[in-house]
Amino acid sequence: MKPALTLATTRRILQQVRADPRTIALLVVVPCVLLGLMAWIFSGTPVFDRVGPALLGVFPFVVMFIVTSITTLRERASGTMERLFTTPLGKGDLLAGYALAFALLATVQALVATAFAVYVCGLSVAGSLGLLILVAVVDAVLGAAFGLFVSAFARTEFQAVQFMPALVLPQFLLCGLLVPRDQLDTPLRLLSDVLPLSYAVDAMSSIATDASGAGDVWRDVAIMAAFAVGAIVLGAATLRRRTP
Amino acid sequence: MRSHGRHERGRVPDGPSGEQFDQQLDQQGVVVRRLVVSRGGREVLHGVDLDVPAGQVVGLLGPSGGGKSTLLRSVVGVQVVASGEVTVLGLPAGSPALRDLVGYTTQAPSVYPDLTVRDNVDYFARLHGVHGREERREVVERTIERVDLASHATASVATLSGGQRSRASLACCLVGSPRVLVLDEPTVGLDPLLRRDLWQMFHELAAAGATVLVSSHVMDEATRCDRLVLLRDGRIVFDGTLPELLERTGAADAEGAFLVLVESAEPTTAEPTSTEPGEES
Repeated sequence: MKPALTLATTRRILQQVRADPRTIALLVVVPCVLLGLMAWIFSGTPVFDRVGPALLGVFPFVVMFIVTSITTLRERASGTMERLFTTPLGKGDLLAGYALAFALLATVQALVATAFAVYVCGLSVAGSLGLLILVAVVDAVLGAAFGLFVSAFARTEFQAVQFMPALVLPQFLLCGLLVPRDQLDTPLRLLSDVLPLSYAVDAMSSIATDASGAGDVWRDVAIMAAFAVGAIVLGAATLRRRTP
Repeated sequence: MRSHGRHERGRVPDGPSGEQFDQQLDQQGVVVRRLVVSRGGREVLHGVDLDVPAGQVVGLLGPSGGGKSTLLRSVVGVQVVASGEVTVLGLPAGSPALRDLVGYTTQAPSVYPDLTVRDNVDYFARLHGVHGREERREVVERTIERVDLASHATASVATLSGGQRSRASLACCLVGSPRVLVLDEPTVGLDPLLRRDLWQMFHELAAAGATVLVSSHVMDEATRCDRLVLLRDGRIVFDGTLPELLERTGAADAEGAFLVLVESAEPTTAEPTSTEPGEES
């Protein structure tokens, strides 16, 4: 690992994002619009205080999953990845460069979405806002790590997009947003226990509802980080300097 | 100006010490032995031997689908190889130590279309360890000028023409000052003036001691190479200079000679590949 090359790569990816203002707008605005809709639909009921935090756990994961899987696929398909592998850049530098760039984007997204949810939609958060942002960032890195891994199995951008409903929607259904996880049938609950998004939503919900539950939150964050590291290691294994 | 700094082919005898050792590695350039490569279950290179000594511009020519790109990919170490040996500057192809010394452009320009020419070149300069801000700026600007893109430095690559894109890609390769250049059809789609300038640059780089291996499917370019290697159906059917090629085939020009060789069923019409580099001069 060479930090200078990792940072150069992060810089390059952010330059690419900057060249695409529409994507930045979508990254930041879409979560706010969806949060606003939810708050409006459930105005006058306590439902938003339950699903609001859960949504804050869903957005960074889903958005970064899509952005990363497509960007990485593009890099593989356009020949730039093959070219990068003939330079001193290491696989670890490339992956870390991606993870860092998307973590920075996720931080911006989390700051804006959380501020919008709390100050505009009136979401009540009992715990620490700082911790909420941290969970959002780890969540986004998790999404990026999965996107990176999954992109190895897509040959076209069209396929990569299809991985979203295939791999992310089931997690969305089971993560506790629609029905709290402890009310799910046992097989479904066990399944939700091994899906990473569940822990993001758990963490967000406990921060929002319980000021004293920081211990549980750190456990959830640790599990998310473990999933992210696992996905990055698997992702690194799918990156081959030599291809057939 | 085409000064072809011809090098002594003989291996430097013994004395693997200091400068002499470096020189020996330099002269070795690229050495390919009995290279066999399969892609998609089909053997595409059938035991290729090739020597590219430093100081020469070697043109890898032949019909498309003949294995040129596969051979170049093997040289830069991104191709899974079935058997055989590829060494670059005395090290196995793809060694970490080589990644700073080998510059490679793929056939389709592999640059980031959403970045400007300058940002692309700057990224590759950083990857090749050009760290000082001032130094890097200077190197980047000089390289962009070298490929004649100074007027488009701030244009995003997506807005450039095909020929401009491939020059942007070439700039990303040159910015690391590689000692070995492996260029896959770098002159395709360029006008004659630019093509002439680029070939002149390849010769300047070779004269300065670089190893230059350039592929093309345009036979006209044969006249611009110090040495020609014709690859057809995964076999080398000719390895020598243009006059030798014309003499052997009795053709009037490179294109005619090419057709004679490609259409002849037996690849044995050509001499076996010389194992000693540069036998031709």
